Amino acid sequence: MGDGSNLLVIIALLPFIGALVPGWMIRAGRNACATFTAVPTVLALVMLGILAPDVMRGEVIQARFEWLPQLGLSASFFLDGLGLLFAGMILGVGLLIILYARFYLSGDDPMGQFYTYLLLFQGAMLGIVLSDNILLLLVFWELTSLSSFLLIGYWKHLPEGRQGARMALAVTGSGGLAMIGGMLILGNIVGSYDLTDILASGDLIKSSEWYLPALILILLGAFTKSAQFPFHFWLPHAMAAPTPVSAYLHSATMVKAGVFLMARMWPALAGTEAWFYIVATVGLITMVLGAVIALFKDDLKALLAFSTVSHLGLLTMLLGFGTTAAAVAAVFHIINHLTFKAALFMTAGIVDHEAHTRDIKRLGGLAKLMPITATIGTIAALSMAGIPLFNGFLSKEMMLEEASHTYWFENPWIVPALATLGALFSVAYSLRFIFHTFGGPVRDDYPHKPHDPPFGMYAAPALLVVLVVAIGVMPFLADNLVAVAASAVAGEALHPHLKIWHGVTPALFMSFAAIGGGIVLLLIHRPLDRVWIAAPRPEAKAIFDKLLALLVGATRWITEVTHNRSITRYLAIFTVASVALGYAAWTGGGMSAPSREMLPVPPLVGLGFVLLIVGAASVVLFHRNRFRALVVLSIIGLMVSAGFVYLSAPDLALTQISVETVTIMLLLLALHFIPKETPRETRVGKKIADGVVALVAGTGVGALAYAFMRRDVDTISGFHLDNSYAGGGGNNVVNVILVDFRGYDTYGEIIVLGIAGLIIYALMQALLGGPAGRKLRNTDFTRDLSRDRHPLMMVVATRVMMPIAVMVGIYIFLRGHNYPGGGFVAGLVIAIALLMQYMASGFAWTQSRQRIQYHAMIGFGVVIAGLTGAGSWLAGKPFLTSAFGYFEFPPIEEFELATAALFDLGVFLTVLGAVMLMLFSLSRIARYAGQSVNLEPMDYDPADRVKPLEGGKE
Amino acid sequence: MELIVATSVGAMTAAGVYLILRLRAFPVILGLALLSYAVNVFIFASGRLSVNLPPILKYGDASYTDPLPQALVLTAIVISFGMTAVLVMIAIGAFLETGTDKVDIERGDEDEEEPVK
Repeated sequence: MGDGSNLLVIIALLPFIGALVPGWMIRAGRNACATFTAVPTVLALVMLGILAPDVMRGEVIQARFEWLPQLGLSASFFLDGLGLLFAGMILGVGLLIILYARFYLSGDDPMGQFYTYLLLFQGAMLGIVLSDNILLLLVFWELTSLSSFLLIGYWKHLPEGRQGARMALAVTGSGGLAMIGGMLILGNIVGSYDLTDILASGDLIKSSEWYLPALILILLGAFTKSAQFPFHFWLPHAMAAPTPVSAYLHSATMVKAGVFLMARMWPALAGTEAWFYIVATVGLITMVLGAVIALFKDDLKALLAFSTVSHLGLLTMLLGFGTTAAAVAAVFHIINHLTFKAALFMTAGIVDHEAHTRDIKRLGGLAKLMPITATIGTIAALSMAGIPLFNGFLSKEMMLEEASHTYWFENPWIVPALATLGALFSVAYSLRFIFHTFGGPVRDDYPHKPHDPPFGMYAAPALLVVLVVAIGVMPFLADNLVAVAASAVAGEALHPHLKIWHGVTPALFMSFAAIGGGIVLLLIHRPLDRVWIAAPRPEAKAIFDKLLALLVGATRWITEVTHNRSITRYLAIFTVASVALGYAAWTGGGMSAPSREMLPVPPLVGLGFVLLIVGAASVVLFHRNRFRALVVLSIIGLMVSAGFVYLSAPDLALTQISVETVTIMLLLLALHFIPKETPRETRVGKKIADGVVALVAGTGVGALAYAFMRRDVDTISGFHLDNSYAGGGGNNVVNVILVDFRGYDTYGEIIVLGIAGLIIYALMQALLGGPAGRKLRNTDFTRDLSRDRHPLMMVVATRVMMPIAVMVGIYIFLRGHNYPGGGFVAGLVIAIALLMQYMASGFAWTQSRQRIQYHAMIGFGVVIAGLTGAGSWLAGKPFLTSAFGYFEFPPIEEFELATAALFDLGVFLTVLGAVMLMLFSLSRIARYAGQSVNLEPMDYDPADRVKPLEGGKE
Repeated sequence: MELIVATSVGAMTAAGVYLILRLRAFPVILGLALLSYAVNVFIFASGRLSVNLPPILKYGDASYTDPLPQALVLTAIVISFGMTAVLVMIAIGAFLETGTDKVDIERGDEDEEEPVK
C-alpha cells in the first residue's frame, strides 16, 4: 500500500480518535474544547486535500485490511470522485458546524458531550462514504443511526427531543435492517462483499432473479435514511435537535446518506424499469409533497425540514431517471443544496437564538434589526428558490431539463408538470422565508430584542453563501468536482460543462412558470393558510404513534400468551416439542439392522437395575415427603455409580459417588430452610397428562439409547487411545483427554463451576442483607434440632479421619494421570473431608480454623490452570500444549513430571473451592438463623475440663 | 445389558420429567437431578457398553472402551452439581423472600411496571 492508502485509513479513523478529545478538553474551557475538537477535522481535511489531486485525475485510492475474511468482511476503504465529494462535504461542513456550535450552545449545555457525539457521527458518516466493503458500510450505516439518535436527543430535558430521537432511530434503524438483508443478497449474487466487485458486476446483478428483492430492501434503507415518502415524517420531528445538529445531519450529511447510497449503487442497480418506477416515482412524490407542506409550516426549522425532504426527493428522482445527464444534475445539486441549506439552517438558528422564537407568524422586519443575518438568509433562500445567478438555479434548470423529456408510463406530461409544481411551491416557501421573516415592518412584540450575532456565529453561513454566489455566477468552478464525482456515479468518464445560459429550452419556460406561480402563491398565502389549517390531513406523528402502540400491543399479547410466568408450562411445552422433534427425526430416516450383540446381565447387576427402577418409581410416588424422596434419590445415584464401575468407567464412578455425597448434603441442608412436605394441589387430570408426557419422553429417550447401543459406530476415540501415552504422557485416557486433548473445554468448565460458586455466595450475601435475613433471624428452628448438635462420637471420628481423608484425596490426585482419579475427584474427596468437619464440629469451630478463603482458592485454581496453558506459549506451542518428562530423584524411583499435573492442580483447587464455597454459603445461612443448643462442639472438652464454658463466641 | 441400561435411562427420564412438571421448587430440583443422571448415562452409553475394558492403557495389544464420552460425562457430572447448587440457593432465597416455594408466578404476585406511554 502506498502513502495514499495510509492517509486514507487515518482520515477514516481520525474522527473516532478525536471523539475522545472533547471529554478531556472541556475542563480547559469551551474555547479550548471547540478548538481541539476542530483539530482532527482540520487534519482529516488537510489529508483529504493531499489526496484530492490524485482523485481529480481519476485515480482511485484504496486501502485494505482483512478483518473477518471468513465472512467476507474486510476493513477496506476507497476514495473516488463521489467519496471525495462527500468526504469533503462531511469534513468541511463539520468544521463550520463546530465553529457555529461553539457560539450557539448556551453555558448550561454540556458542550463536551455534544462535540463527542458530533465527532462520532462524523466518523460514522465518513465511514459510509469511504467503505469499500458493503458489510463495513452497514456497520457505519447503523453507527450514523445511533450517533444521530444521541444528537437529536441531545437536549434530554425536552420531551420532543426524546420522542424525535426515538422516532428517527425507529424509522432509520428499521430501514437499516432491511438494507442489511438487501446487501447480503447482493453479496450473495456477486460472490463478494467488496463494493468495487459489486459495482463491476451490474449486469450480473440486474439479470439475477434476486435483483428485485435486493433492490427493494436496499431502497428501503436509502428511503428511510433520506426521508423519502412515506418515511419522510421523521425528519421534521428530528428538528427538535439543536440547530447545529439540524444543519449538519438534516441538511448536509446524514439525510444525504440515502442519496449517496443510491448514487454509489447506481452502476450496480440503476437503469432498469423497476429502478426507474420505484426511485423516480417516490422521488417525485416526495419532492412535491415536501414542498407543499413546507409552504404551510410556521416554524422556520420545520419549513426548512420539509424543504429538505422536497430537495431530497428531487435528488432521488434525478437518480431514478437513470441517465448520465440526470446523474450529473444530481451531483451538482448535492453540492448546491448543501451550501444554501446549511446556511439557511444556521440563519434560522441565529434568528431563534436572537429573537427567542422561530415562529414565522411572530417574526418579520428583521432585515432592519439584523441586516447581516438577513442578507445571508436572503441570498441562501433565493438560491433555494432557484433564482438566476445563484447556484440553486443552475441545478434546478438541469433537473427541469431532464424532467421535461421523461415519460412516465408513456405519458409525456406528468413528470414535467409535477416537477414544475414542486419548483413552484419551492419558490413560494423560499420567498415566504425571506419576506415573512426579514421583510415587513419592525414589530415591537418579539420575545427578545434581536440584533446581529457575534462574527463567529455568522462566519460559517457567510462563507457558505459566498460559495452560493460564486458557483452561481461562475459555475465552471465546480466543473471538475462535478465531473469526477458524476463519473464515479455513472461508472464511466463524463465531462459535463456547467453554464448559466442554456438557450431558450423547455426548462427555461418551466422555471419562469415556477417563479411566477410562486410569487402568486405567496401573495395569496394568508387565505390559503386558513384553508390548509381547516382542511383535514393525516398527522404523521399520530399515525406513527398509533402504529407503535399497535406493535407494542401485539408484542405484549404474544409475550403474555407465551410467557405466562408458569415455568411448569414452559417445561411441558419444551418437553412435548422435544419429543415431537425426536419423533419427526425418527420417522424421517431409515434405520440399519442391529449390529451389536447384547451383553449378558449377571444377577447382581440385575438386582441393581431393579433397585434403580423401584427407586425411580418411589421418588415419583412418594415425592411429597421430601426427606424420604431424597434418601431414595441417593440410592438411584449409588446404582448409577455402580453401573459405571461395571461398565468400565472407573473415573465416572469415582466422580459420581463423590458428587452424589455432596449433592445429598446440599439438599439436606436446603431442606432445613424450606418446607419438608409438598402439599397436594394438582388436579388428577393434570397429573395424568403430566404422567403421559413423562412416559412418552422416557420411552423415547430409552428407545433412542437402546437403538444406538445396538449399533456400531466410528468415533475419533481411536486417536485419543493411540496418542494418550505418546502425546499426553498418561495411561488414564479419560484424564489425559480432560487435561490435555480437551484441556480448553475443561478450562472453561472449571471457570463455570467457579462462577456458580461465586453466584451462590453472592446470592447468600444479598439474601442475608434483605428481608429474608430478618425473617431468618426470627424463625424458630429449635424444634428441628436434636438435643445434641455435635455428638461426641462423630466429632472424634471425623477429626481422626480428617488426615486420612486428605491423604486419600492427595493420592487420588497424584495417580490421576495414569490410573482412575484426577483433579475433579480429588477436589470432591477433600471437600467431603472438610465438610465432615463442618457437620460434626459445627460451622464456627471449623471456620475459625480455616486459613484460606474459598474465593481465593477458586481464583488460584483458575489462574494456575490458565498460566499452565499460557506457559506453552513460551515454548512456542499453542495454548495448553502439555509437556512431560521422566526424572529420578534419589531415593525415589523414576518419576514422571507433566505440566498436565499442574493444570490438574488448577482443576483440583477450583473444584474444591467452588464446592466448599457453595456449602459454606448454605451453612452460613443456618448460622445466621440463630442457634440455641451447644454452640461449640465439645462444650465439655475432655482435654480441657477445668476451664469454664464459653458461649456465643464465634 | 443394553436393554436394562436403556430402560434405566428411560425410567429416570420419565421420573425426572414428571417431577419437573410439579408446582413446587423441591420436586423440580429432584427432577432435574434425576434428569441429569439420565442424560449422563445416555451420553456415556453413546460410547457403547463394554465390561472390563477400562480406558487405562496396558502393555500389549488390548482393546478399550470409548474414553471420549466418559471424559464428557465426567465434567458434566461436576457441572450439574454446580447448577443444582445454584438452583437450591435460588429456591431457598425465593422461599425466604416470598414465603412460598411455588415455581410459578401467579398474577398479581409481582409488582408490574406500568408501560411507559
